[in-house]
Amino acid sequence: MSDVVTLKAGSNLEKVLSAGKFGVTGECGPPKSADGGVVEKKAKTLAGCVDAVNVTDNQTAVVRISSMAAAYIAQQNGVEAVMQMTCRDRNRLAMQADILGASALGVRNVLCLTGDHIGFGNHPQAKGVHDLDSISLIRMYKDMRDEKRFQCGEEMDVAPALYIGCAENPFGDPFEFRAMRLKKKVVAGADFVQTQGIFNIPKFKQWMEQVRALGIHQEIKILAGIIPIKSAGMASYMKKNVPGMDVPQEIVDRIAAKDKGEPQQAEGKELAVEMIKELAEIEGVSGAHIMAIEWEAAVPEIVEAAGLMPRPAVS
Amino acid sequence: MITAERKPFDEIYAMTEGHDKVLVAGCDTCVAICLTGGEKEAEILASEIRIKAKEEGRELDVEHTAAIRQCEWEYLDMVADKVNEFPLVLSMGCGIGIQSMAEKFAPKQVMPAVNTNMLGMPQEHAVWLERCVACGECVIGETAGICPVVRCSKSLMNGPCGGSHAGLCEVVGPEGEETECAWALIWERLKAQGREDLMLANRAPKNWSKSSSGGPRKMVKEEAKPA
Amino acid sequence: MTNDAQEAATMTVEQQLAADVAVVEAMPANEGFEPEIIVFACHYCAYAAADLAGSMRLQYPTNVRMIKLPCTGKLEVIHLLKAFEAGADGVYAAGCLEGECHYLKGNLWARKRIGHVKTLLEELGIDPKRVEMFNMSSAMGARFAETARGFTERIRKLGPNPVRPREGFDPAEAVRARMGDAALPDDSAAEVAGAEITAIIEEGLKT
Repeated sequence: MSDVVTLKAGSNLEKVLSAGKFGVTGECGPPKSADGGVVEKKAKTLAGCVDAVNVTDNQTAVVRISSMAAAYIAQQNGVEAVMQMTCRDRNRLAMQADILGASALGVRNVLCLTGDHIGFGNHPQAKGVHDLDSISLIRMYKDMRDEKRFQCGEEMDVAPALYIGCAENPFGDPFEFRAMRLKKKVVAGADFVQTQGIFNIPKFKQWMEQVRALGIHQEIKILAGIIPIKSAGMASYMKKNVPGMDVPQEIVDRIAAKDKGEPQQAEGKELAVEMIKELAEIEGVSGAHIMAIEWEAAVPEIVEAAGLMPRPAVS
Repeated sequence: MITAERKPFDEIYAMTEGHDKVLVAGCDTCVAICLTGGEKEAEILASEIRIKAKEEGRELDVEHTAAIRQCEWEYLDMVADKVNEFPLVLSMGCGIGIQSMAEKFAPKQVMPAVNTNMLGMPQEHAVWLERCVACGECVIGETAGICPVVRCSKSLMNGPCGGSHAGLCEVVGPEGEETECAWALIWERLKAQGREDLMLANRAPKNWSKSSSGGPRKMVKEEAKPA
Repeated sequence: MTNDAQEAATMTVEQQLAADVAVVEAMPANEGFEPEIIVFACHYCAYAAADLAGSMRLQYPTNVRMIKLPCTGKLEVIHLLKAFEAGADGVYAAGCLEGECHYLKGNLWARKRIGHVKTLLEELGIDPKRVEMFNMSSAMGARFAETARGFTERIRKLGPNPVRPREGFDPAEAVRARMGDAALPDDSAAEVAGAEITAIIEEGLKT
């Protein structure tokens, strides 16, 4: 790691990760209404215990406050945002326009995603756009930032300042292809990656071996996904109903062994802390992405117990 | 070929309201092959409409006919005499056939008795799977002969997405049927062909202007036009 | 599909038949209505069984008009629909026992098509119990007669077809006209004999 790091966007998240520190990101789902106050509240809960917070983009194809607006609100309330952009709802014009707008509003991190299929959400009759896929999106944003060029080739004078992220699912199939797919994203221009929630650490380690074999860990910052479990019911649901999630039975059993409510929640938090510590030891893992779905209040406690407080202030 | 499904009977029957003479027109090409709108099915639909009308004690003269191919003027000439006897035609042809009849016999009302649904392949008898969406710029040479535009639920050029699991797409059909992940299939076949490099190359965004998104298309073969 | 149709799809054929019979049994007798019924009988089994019923002097109702086919597999959906269009109150096909069809699978196809016609009848608001498939061997004269009686009673209870033909319109003739060569000429004394016997017995009952 060189002493002088040339930053691409100068975001807090970028600074922390580029300085070689263990990064922490959180997640915040905007409300299904025009109530910006909900975002404000979540932002304030997470301020100070994460380096940046992801703001989801019509997650699971359900309409919520747009990611850009919620990202702006979050940043007005003490925490840096990672705006999310999916390929499902916008064509290349809208995606470029939105990133110019986000950058103009001071948003410096963007996560490029394919997006859950429109059929999963609350407007299944809508037309899923999918003009681009996540890899073309990463490439498009990289060219805007580094070449000052729109996707059509035209030039712009002020480029957006972006730290570009992507997602990867170490447990998806075809398994042998997953590390290669991340490589494609690196080549396209991704700066950091957040993985899907990890419960099967041995399998994740296998994936990390493949990742390291391709040298990916030296080209991109990898944040391991953690989903704190709030109840045995939640663990069981994720195991059975969420495609691409690998939840070992021992984990479901461990939570179920406790009484419902407070005891199960405490166990869930403890498990999250253990996992963060174990994942931090894996070569190539540069941070943790904590997705406490509708449980943002648990995050400060978890980050503290994992020994990751206070968050570094890197200039 | 083009496949279609008959509209629900009630929707079709409602089209006959206010009329006392109706012609059901089948087509003996694509819709006949997918067992929806050939002469046989046109006869059955005509019979069904007559049965319903009689139940209601309603005077309704219903006949049927079929063109060899509804989308060709010459074949429509052959049924023109019959068509001209009826003020309302319920066409069981695909969207192309219905529109051809509507144009040829305009301003006569030609109504669709079917929903044209896809360019489908008969995987096995009585089962059709969507294979092509006429995007205008075929890329399947790079994807081992499997179309990523229509067989991938998100039309990814660089798939699969994170939802691919055990060779299946995260999207299931309306009755819970499983869908294969096109990119899982593409990967397997590219491996079998020794062309994994095609999977690793980052493919550029698709040119949608060649598809129907760019506006209704037209094809002309100058060399075939009369001298 | 309606809930009934969905349930039917998951029941076996025997279960469906038993369920239908149970429903009909619970209905009022509706005496005084004489239904018009058409049966499509295959040459090898059902028609032979009908012959046997005649020679055994077994009664079956005159309401039943027979059309002989080389095999029930020759039956097409339009033939069945035509019967209803022409005002028949009930229609059934009688073929060989499953596994014993002279043409191997014709009776299986007939059953499938009858199933499809049930769906079409439902679309039209006509009771799908008005059409049915039965199987029997050529030795089952009694079964032929019993089926004819049982089905006639079912249709009697269901009442007239909501589609009523014009005066003097003959459903069996309308179907024959549409079937053309598919229907075989009626060359057996069975139909006549059955009707004759019934007429004699009924005459006898009056005195």
